[in-house]
Amino acid sequence: MTAFLDVLIGGVFHAAVLFLVAAGLQLVFGVQKIVNLACGSFYALGAYFGISAVKWAIAAGMPPGLFIFVLIVAGLALAVIGPVIEALLRTVYRRDEAFQLLLTFALVLMFQDILRFFWGANPQELGDLVMSYGKLSAGGVQVPTYNVLVIVASIAIAVGIGAFLQRTRFGRILRATAENREMSQALGVNVTWINAAVFTLGTVLGTVGGALVVPTAAASLDMPVELVVEAFAVVVIGGLGSMRGALTGALIVGIMRALAIRYYAELEMLAIYIVVIAILIARPAGLHGKPIE
Amino acid sequence: MRALLVVAAIAALVALPSVVSPYYVTVILPAVAYAIALLGFNLLFGYTGLLSFGHALFVAIGGYSAAVLSAKLGVKSFELVLLISAAVSVLVAIPVALLSVRYVRIFFGILTLAFGMLFHSFLFKFYDLTGGDTGLRVLRPSLFGREFADMDKTTFLVGPFYYYCVALLVVLGFIMWRIVHSPFGLHLMAAREHPRKAEYLGVRVRFVRFLAFLVSAFYCAIGGVILAINTGQADPELAYWTHSGDLVFMTVLGGFASFFGPIVGAFSFVALKGELMGLTGYWRFVLGVVLVIMVVLFPRGLVGVGQQVWAKVRPR
Repeated sequence: MTAFLDVLIGGVFHAAVLFLVAAGLQLVFGVQKIVNLACGSFYALGAYFGISAVKWAIAAGMPPGLFIFVLIVAGLALAVIGPVIEALLRTVYRRDEAFQLLLTFALVLMFQDILRFFWGANPQELGDLVMSYGKLSAGGVQVPTYNVLVIVASIAIAVGIGAFLQRTRFGRILRATAENREMSQALGVNVTWINAAVFTLGTVLGTVGGALVVPTAAASLDMPVELVVEAFAVVVIGGLGSMRGALTGALIVGIMRALAIRYYAELEMLAIYIVVIAILIARPAGLHGKPIE
Repeated sequence: MRALLVVAAIAALVALPSVVSPYYVTVILPAVAYAIALLGFNLLFGYTGLLSFGHALFVAIGGYSAAVLSAKLGVKSFELVLLISAAVSVLVAIPVALLSVRYVRIFFGILTLAFGMLFHSFLFKFYDLTGGDTGLRVLRPSLFGREFADMDKTTFLVGPFYYYCVALLVVLGFIMWRIVHSPFGLHLMAAREHPRKAEYLGVRVRFVRFLAFLVSAFYCAIGGVILAINTGQADPELAYWTHSGDLVFMTVLGGFASFFGPIVGAFSFVALKGELMGLTGYWRFVLGVVLVIMVVLFPRGLVGVGQQVWAKVRPR
């Protein structure tokens, strides 16, 4: 039972972070129809920037206990790169998917060196700052409080996005644009603005995810390319373009990974891909996706 | 005009080792390997319209087959290594292709990416079988039964091995030329342009896509064997998704709409990367910028640019 809880909590923590990145991927795919390979790069950027921000804040005399807020603000501040990159992607909206994928692949290459330029090739970490929050124990399992906070934050963001998409006027316009771009445009929706806003939101979800994960894991240059494949697994399992899919997919991938790491480490990623392929064969559109033609 | 260019290009490749230093020949050798792999890749991407983001899988199968055959099973003959590796690759491609060709567009890309990463994590994690992240050693093969034992590694690579690979490129290039200009090639293009109409006209769309996938796996494995022999090593990076991305990059750089585009792309990519790596530690950034420029401004690739320039300056 203890072992099971351990795996479950570890898996849910990983899922919480994966959900943020995957939700960004889904938003962008839903509206812009672009599969963003650079989502992992945003995630890594958030992680590195988060470390710098926390170190700077502590040096400036901030009590270490507030570091989670610094991380969130750092992630949010990176929103500034969203509109810039969207302006670049705008050039290929009407082109073949091959070009869209390649353009985001170019971003992956560029970000790889941007990260190395600013933060160097060695992995960066925040040390044992996480432990300043102490641990929670329940049912014989001890969990760092920070991990629980991240899970809570992620759930809050999920609920927030859900409410935003379902209840607000802007959310409705956004969903309508995802459904039928031409019709929304004809009805007076400023699609250019929607694209920029959605892409920025997608970027921020990635950077916040990266910033939140960094106290528990080092930020390294392998982060972007490794995360992409996991985030891909999530959206494929859940169904491209579906927010609920991002949630289900993240939980499946997170827990599978935690299980595999505990019981048979060789299977870690292998198990995830086998699930992905099984889902693509049985339900090509994913668990919550719209059927594909 | 085109025939003239092809002859000139082959002549240039043959003359290369006597003009430039052996170092440059070792830089160019991977380009020959990529050119062969991309000929196959573009049958699928350019001619069939299916963008795979996982074809590094088949390059890696070529590399690892070469490693297992040469270092573990003691197979010396390069011809045998090529044939068996390509056959293994086609065998692996059969189930992968059967599943993948049910989809098109982005789903095809993601499914192939998943297969590629499946193989990568297998290579990476099953240390005893595959050597894990260090990979496996690939031994020098014999060419037509000749060992060239008196040559050191570089002399062998830039000498007989280089010419052998150039000859392979010419032969496989000719075969691919025949394939894309055969009725089968026309079927592929019809299936790309309008699958439903093609089906109506009697093209077995999925079947021809399936065949194109197998051919591409064959070519990619040959490229992988050459790459692995050149470095003397087969490592999991060969199967990583960024390597698949490089394959797409090269094809688009040269121009996927043209038969010779991928070959041009392979050579310019390898030369560019070699130069950049010598110039700056931040070569990935520059490559990214080049890719952005190509995608946004020159979607028809270098060959497309060449054609435009030629159309302007051509004597009328």
